[in-house]
Amino acid sequence: MVYSYYPGCTLKNTAKELDECGRISAEALGFTLEEITDWQCCGGQYTSGKDEIVTKLSSVRALDDAKKSEQDLVTLCSACYNVIKQTNNAMIEDSDMQMKVNNYLKLDEPYKGETSVYHFLEVLRDKVGFDKVKEAVKAPLKGKKVGAYYGCLLLRPGKVLQFDDPENPKIMEDFIKALGGTPVIYNMRNECCGGYTILEDTDAAGRNTSKILLNAEDMGADFLITACPLCQYNLMQNSLSEKTPIYYFTELLAHALGLREKECFK
Amino acid sequence: MQKIGVFVCHCGTNISATVDVKKVAETLGKEPGVVYSTDYQFMCSSSGQNLVIDKIKELGLTGVVICSCSPRMHEKTFRKAADKAGLNSFLLEMANIREQDAWVHKNREEATLKAVALARAAVAKVHLNTPLTPGSSDVNKRALVIGGGIAGMQAALDIADAGFKVDIVEREATIGGTMTQIDKTFPTLDCASCILTPKMVDCEQHENISLVTKSEVDTIEGYVGNFTVKIKHKAKYVDPDKCTGCGLCIQKCPSKKVPDPFNLNLAPHTAINITFPQAVPLVATIDADNCLMIQKGKCGLCATVCPADAINYEDKDSIEEKKYGAIIVSTGFKPISLHNFDEYAYDNSPNVVTSLEYERLMSATGPGKGTVLRPSDGKHPKTIVFQQCVGSRDTSGRGKTYCSGICCMYTAKHAMLTREKYPDTDVYVFYTDVRSPGKGFDEFYRRAVEKYHVHYIKGAIGKVVPMSNGNLQIQASDLLMNEQLHIEADLLVLAAAMEPDKSAKPLAQKLTASMDNDDWFTESHPKLRPVESPTAGVFLAGACQGPKDIPQTVAQAGAAASKAIGLLIKDKLQGNPCVAHSDENMCNGCSQCANVCPYGAITYEEKDFRMPDRTTLVRRVASVNPAVCQGCGACTVVCPSGAMDLFGFSNKQILAEVDALCL
Repeated sequence: MVYSYYPGCTLKNTAKELDECGRISAEALGFTLEEITDWQCCGGQYTSGKDEIVTKLSSVRALDDAKKSEQDLVTLCSACYNVIKQTNNAMIEDSDMQMKVNNYLKLDEPYKGETSVYHFLEVLRDKVGFDKVKEAVKAPLKGKKVGAYYGCLLLRPGKVLQFDDPENPKIMEDFIKALGGTPVIYNMRNECCGGYTILEDTDAAGRNTSKILLNAEDMGADFLITACPLCQYNLMQNSLSEKTPIYYFTELLAHALGLREKECFK
Repeated sequence: MQKIGVFVCHCGTNISATVDVKKVAETLGKEPGVVYSTDYQFMCSSSGQNLVIDKIKELGLTGVVICSCSPRMHEKTFRKAADKAGLNSFLLEMANIREQDAWVHKNREEATLKAVALARAAVAKVHLNTPLTPGSSDVNKRALVIGGGIAGMQAALDIADAGFKVDIVEREATIGGTMTQIDKTFPTLDCASCILTPKMVDCEQHENISLVTKSEVDTIEGYVGNFTVKIKHKAKYVDPDKCTGCGLCIQKCPSKKVPDPFNLNLAPHTAINITFPQAVPLVATIDADNCLMIQKGKCGLCATVCPADAINYEDKDSIEEKKYGAIIVSTGFKPISLHNFDEYAYDNSPNVVTSLEYERLMSATGPGKGTVLRPSDGKHPKTIVFQQCVGSRDTSGRGKTYCSGICCMYTAKHAMLTREKYPDTDVYVFYTDVRSPGKGFDEFYRRAVEKYHVHYIKGAIGKVVPMSNGNLQIQASDLLMNEQLHIEADLLVLAAAMEPDKSAKPLAQKLTASMDNDDWFTESHPKLRPVESPTAGVFLAGACQGPKDIPQTVAQAGAAASKAIGLLIKDKLQGNPCVAHSDENMCNGCSQCANVCPYGAITYEEKDFRMPDRTTLVRRVASVNPAVCQGCGACTVVCPSGAMDLFGFSNKQILAEVDALCL
């Protein structure tokens, strides 16, 4: 199975591990991430402006590219997933937006939301199956207590993303179980890390991330995994606590599949 | 030649404000066959009725049309008046110019035109009306009560006291319903068991009441006065006639970790069990799924110790058929599942409980034997937070749009009892609005705030974070102070919305009784017939009809019982003469009518027909049982040969109405 893959800017810079481990794990699990040519930045949070079409254009170009290849579009970064899936939804639901974007882009054939958008975790759950992932595991994470950190962008708005229950998600917990680890349920796992507020108010982000990390530690997590480079940055940089390291979920996956060994997971 | 009289009602200004009633009367007076036409301020008043009676007698009217409200409202009234005047009551028709005209239109000219059209249609029908005489059927003098909670018990006691036999069919092993799980009741704070268990015993001891526990209604056939009900008795594995309720078997049973639904799974019980010490009937039953003997064939301890030799591992479900004249539905309610409300962490912490679970935590027959201990570690909670409206008044689609009505009061009760018993406990209540309109209710709530110093906060909890020590970090909004609150609590109690019991919907289908969008049973009229289901002979008691507290439930049960008694006391019931009948000469025996009949009123018989050449032909033809037919008309619509027709609503009459409307 081949998917159109949208990496996003961060995965080419600070979050290279997220990208590389994702790609090699995909191959090991029998699917290929084929990078979209000439993709542009998804626009980050700026696309949440409802009355602005310019910020949506790069997402639509990527979606249209996948449509032409007759492939589903897959992302690894939570933020890109959120932006592209919300934009795709707007192209289906909002006829005014659809008209304006198509008028601007002048595509050969108008884009009307035909492409399906999946997060890598959804591919593992719904296409590959966690039971198959479990079978492929070579170095199970025995005895490791792993906390999943979802943040907001993977889960909300729940009605559009339909990724998991936004208040009590379990996809990453099932992922951890498939890799042989023990998931630690802590209820701050779906709270906001502070996002871009770090640029203006470092303390605000620090307060949020501290609460998240303290809760995870209190419930006994050895380390956390996340799918979001910004969450990882905030948690690492601003936390008052340094006991709990944060890794990308693909790093854990690549290690468990025996593709890229990491001391800390042993 | 027909002599038809037309009477146009003003209904005060209800009709006359929108419809020119004088013009309607005048126009209708010129219709062929109409010999008298007038308007009158209130046709349903006694002087209005007398006008109809006088004119029938004076002019020898052969048909009457009343242009007024819906026939649901006053058809009976006017038909009685026609009867009094000696005119067969089925020669009178009503044209609904109120609900279907004056109330839904604004333009006077158009509304008047519509009123004329509706009246013309009625006149056209009356031209073809024929006198009809209702048949009669016997009344079986036995009532069935479905659901043995406080509603069903009260209804059964009232009917039994009036001298009629009653069977209470109860799904569980004991009667008593949800009230058995409640500790104390608002606003008097009397103990629920103390007022409930004597009534349970009364039911058991009443010579006219039979308790049919561990049983469910399987099928219902028949009609008002003559219901045939199949009751499924589930296997109890204990002979209730032999069991003395001594409890020896419970002490010896080795299967001790069976989830106990009576305690809402807060504590385990044994596979052989008596629901609670005051259960009625006081007999043990075996939970077959968890019994070692039934599942694995090894154990048999209870049979060994039972001094009454009551245990029977071979017990099977059985079906019994019984006949009833009236049915009372009292299937009650359940709290909703909190699966859709994960922000309260109900699934992630044992210290987040529902209000009904909190009743069990407080109850002397609960897991803490009357001491409130939190489920995670058995510690005494020092800070308890209550959240009201969980799933009630919810427009997000996760819960119910209605107000569950009782949560404000029971939460005030919980808060007050907690502060009374444990004055060192901090109690917070998050509310949307406090609704306390019952007798003594607002005073009760004020007492919780002013005397017991419960912290009432207008707002809601947004996030609950369980910690490793079992405590809960609660983040909430105080809307009056516009503040975020952070509370570390030991226990969180959620006032979950009420919903109908799961058994209600399948039962409604068996009864052909109607339900609203939320699956509460619908009453025949929301104000004037609040305890009758639209299905004749079926009455509603308690929370199966909508959220209610105990006093309301008991009052409604009494009302339902009095309606049932009014039915059972009659020896004969007048039937509805507007039933289907089949023209045997036209019927081709295709069975389509029998297939669509919802009441099973149509059967087929082989009949001999004499042919013109004097031979005999045997043909299969439809035959309608007029006692079972409800006159819905479905058969007349599907009949391909036009053999099936309805008295009072014949195809000809309906087409005449349509012609009058369209021409």
